[in-house]
Amino acid sequence: MKILKLVYPMTLALAVVLAATGCRNHRPYGVTPIPHEGGGLVNNLGPGGTLPGANEPGGGPQASLSGFDNMTQDRAALAAYTIHFAFDSSVIRHSEDANLQSVASALQSDPSTKLTIEGNCDERGTEEYNRALGDSRALAAREALAKLGIDPARIRTMSYGKDKPVNPAHNESAWAQNRRDDFVLLHPKTGA
Amino acid sequence: MKKYYLSLIQICLPIFLLLVAANFVHGQNEINIQQEINVLGQTKPIPVSIEGFGAEVRDILKFDLYVQGFTFVTPDAAQYQISGSSTGNVVGRVVDRFGRKTILSRSYNGATLRRQAHAFSDDVVLAITGKKGIAQTRIAFKVEAPSGNGEIYVADFDGYNAQAVTHDGVIVSAPSWVPGRAALYYNSYKLNNPDIFYHNLTTGERKVIAHYSGSNISPAASPDGSQVAMIMSRSGSPNVWVANADGSHLRKLTSTSEDSSPCWSPDGRWICFATKIRERRLLAKVPAAGGKVQVIPTPGTPNPTEPDWSPDGKWIAFTMQAGEFDICVMPADGSASPTILVRGEDPSWSPNSRTLIYARRIAGQYKLSLLDVYTKQVKDIRQISGSDSEPAWAR
Repeated sequence: MKILKLVYPMTLALAVVLAATGCRNHRPYGVTPIPHEGGGLVNNLGPGGTLPGANEPGGGPQASLSGFDNMTQDRAALAAYTIHFAFDSSVIRHSEDANLQSVASALQSDPSTKLTIEGNCDERGTEEYNRALGDSRALAAREALAKLGIDPARIRTMSYGKDKPVNPAHNESAWAQNRRDDFVLLHPKTGA
Repeated sequence: MKKYYLSLIQICLPIFLLLVAANFVHGQNEINIQQEINVLGQTKPIPVSIEGFGAEVRDILKFDLYVQGFTFVTPDAAQYQISGSSTGNVVGRVVDRFGRKTILSRSYNGATLRRQAHAFSDDVVLAITGKKGIAQTRIAFKVEAPSGNGEIYVADFDGYNAQAVTHDGVIVSAPSWVPGRAALYYNSYKLNNPDIFYHNLTTGERKVIAHYSGSNISPAASPDGSQVAMIMSRSGSPNVWVANADGSHLRKLTSTSEDSSPCWSPDGRWICFATKIRERRLLAKVPAAGGKVQVIPTPGTPNPTEPDWSPDGKWIAFTMQAGEFDICVMPADGSASPTILVRGEDPSWSPNSRTLIYARRIAGQYKLSLLDVYTKQVKDIRQISGSDSEPAWAR
């Protein structure tokens, strides 16, 4: 308690000292002007509409997408032959052999057709990982069709990751439906 | 003048009571003053008080400081006392109660109160920690509609001032900043194929830098911006490729399987990525100039994906998956096992290598949140409608 008695006068005395010396510190010693809108970053977003040179950079020999440009999509033709995958796997199961054979037969019966294989995933994976997994699933089917005698140059693959579920529910049966390759038949445009 | 002295005494009294107490009562306070040892997920936040300011500025300061490891207490319990006003302009100061001095006193003008408040909070963080704050940084992310289509957005780090960068109505993913520049790479299905676009945010100019059969996804600009790493499957399997910034001079770096999410070491020598070896998901790294793939062990954290190397080179953050998804951080040199921090996905480091932005999944929808890796303090940023994910911090 003796200490407290000492403390108060001391504190007051010190406060007075500070008032004399420290007063100046309370005036801001720096003024910082803030530029508008983050210093000009992202001020002038254009429409981003022009996309020149889609095929030219890199110029690699396998950029053969142009061969698929003038085709019309027929999603119904092969819809019955969608194949499904086990969790986190791009291995084609024997139970899918009949579907693959049907897809191969359709392509063989009309040599003017081509094929898009769309690889898809369930939601149980991170986004970019699923994009790679969907890619692997589509590529696995392409390889299987090549073994059945289809020229891989007639096939393009496309991964949608988990962006295009057929069943948006969050349960086992929805996930099983969503882990799939869809086959989209491509016909040449009439008159093209 | 009278008012001035009153506020002075209000501020000084607790300081001197403490000063005196510290002199008379041994020990106790000395322990609190130095708290330099930062342990991931276990560090105690720094106690500060905030007095004065209008509600908007106070909320901004609290948000900014919370996600950088501060906690809010009464002035007499605070290690640092932050005070000031925001009528017209932000004026603020910071008093170090233990050091017994004013360590920051500054006023701001121009732009908006929000920007002034962020500038002040950066000065507060610098004055207290000696490190650059994050309050004036920017992020990019994707906003997805239920259709699966979406747009790329940029915003302040707290989600304010959000702006759509694309208006294509197609699937987009994986925005990645070119370091130090107002430019992004991202993946877009605009040309009916997953391609990689370069987008100059100042001029609006876009270029397709990779449009090949199969996937062209997950771009990541090199630290000096001269190269871009990406995942491409033109050779029959999704692998890591590197090209010059404009997409020219393509080189395939890996022959592993299901590679995803490349990121660069800040010295530009390594590319870290997620891969699958013998049906096991792993993290690995490969020399950016080409060479042998090395597995990065992540003991105790199964199914790692989405690595991000911290700008200071010390850490790799990633997502592990054991049923649910968790954000993990490990030393980049492998000197310790990963620390599991919080539920979430796809972490991206702040420029100062302390805070992560990541995506939180709720019933299939994502929200973006900030995580201070030392204190594990978390706050959601302002959300855009739909599902916001794949954040990338500009650095």
